[in-house]
Amino acid sequence: MDKSYPDAVAALDGLLFDGMTIMAGGFGLCGIPENLITALRDSGVKDLTFISNNAGVDDFGLGLLLHTHQIKKMVSSYVGENKTFEQQYLDGELELEFNPQGTLAERIRAGGAGIPGFYTKTGVGTIIAEGKEHKEFDGETYILETGLTADLAIVKAWKGDRAGNLVFRKTARNFNPMMATAGKVTVAEVEELVEVGDLEPDGIHSPGIYVQRIIAGAHEKRIEQRTITERESGTEREAG
Amino acid sequence: MPWTRPQMAERAAREMRDGYYVNLGIGIPTLVANYIPADMDVTLQSENGMLGMGPFPHDDEVDADLINAGKQTITELKRTSYFSSADSFAMIRGGHIDLSILGAMEVAGNGDLANWMIPGKMVKGMGGAMDLVAGVKKVVVIMDHNARSGAAKLLKACSLPLTGQGVVDRVITDLGVFDIDDTGLTLVELAPDVTLEEVRERTEAEFSVAEGVAV
Repeated sequence: MDKSYPDAVAALDGLLFDGMTIMAGGFGLCGIPENLITALRDSGVKDLTFISNNAGVDDFGLGLLLHTHQIKKMVSSYVGENKTFEQQYLDGELELEFNPQGTLAERIRAGGAGIPGFYTKTGVGTIIAEGKEHKEFDGETYILETGLTADLAIVKAWKGDRAGNLVFRKTARNFNPMMATAGKVTVAEVEELVEVGDLEPDGIHSPGIYVQRIIAGAHEKRIEQRTITERESGTEREAG
Repeated sequence: MPWTRPQMAERAAREMRDGYYVNLGIGIPTLVANYIPADMDVTLQSENGMLGMGPFPHDDEVDADLINAGKQTITELKRTSYFSSADSFAMIRGGHIDLSILGAMEVAGNGDLANWMIPGKMVKGMGGAMDLVAGVKKVVVIMDHNARSGAAKLLKACSLPLTGQGVVDRVITDLGVFDIDDTGLTLVELAPDVTLEEVRERTEAEFSVAEGVAV
């Protein structure tokens, strides 16, 4: 089964409609599907609800789609790095639903696993708990959170094969594996597209069943905060 | 003299124990990593999906795929493992992390914590803070004793929207260290040359004083 497409535009063909809900992987700018985001911008699809931990920065990541006013609502845990976001939110143009980061991750995991809801103690006694069912287990209070799915999930992996099997790299994994499971259709972009059989079966992080379309693309991989240790002559960092 | 920020971080590092898995928040808590004793085996968790967080990289080692929860470039160690955000918060929510050190805007005498939202101002989001305080075994807050305006931050009740209810176990400020348990707030340590009177003046919450402190 060859799920590969020549590029991001081809991979999104026939999947997009105004008002749809899209999940996008990444933490900050790390592990974001850069090529698919650009293709979404160029498609002009609008009134989008995005489920994504962050909202990118002004001129990169989901910031590109905010700039063109294609996003109507964000479901996120933290949006502090984006001034365009702040302006559109303060102007009342953009809806925002904050989820605690772990609750967001688990809602997506649950959605992809066919679990409509789960109880968590995260957020009990806070505004997050308002209007939600409360239930006691062993004397402790929990709130009901619901599973999340989306019309489309766009994810980014390091390597992938034509059957859609994915391998992530370092902290660029983050929300990508769960989102792959929770999209009605999941499109993956990878740095390196390989032949079926080239990936070690035991080393596959996301099985290809979750991925319907896959592309290879070039990635800028922009860094938000380049923090470094000065190299002192004759010393090496200790690795423990 | 009250503790400086590095001294507060140094004091917070004394909360570490051999074998601990620890999550450090953004800001002053990040500094705590610099004061972990060399002979102590502590593994740092980064909630974006990493156990065994190493220091900032040298210039030629920077890797865009390797960042911490503050989006700063970091390095891996020999012990490092990577995992998804769902696994990361399973670790946190499931009570597998021993210690969380984080900052605060307000802490109440009953352990309530507010550190994510000021109504009327732009809200950036809670990130992983609500999950951390709900799930981690011990929650230590490190913060200035008073706001820049001089207002108390250790309060009878938080005025800001909560991050968690009754979740804080210990508070380290520039003036001293407080414990919070079923009996309420207790001053357990004073910074050098800080008097009990000064702490009382600058604290709104009621607190008791542990034996041997301020004698």
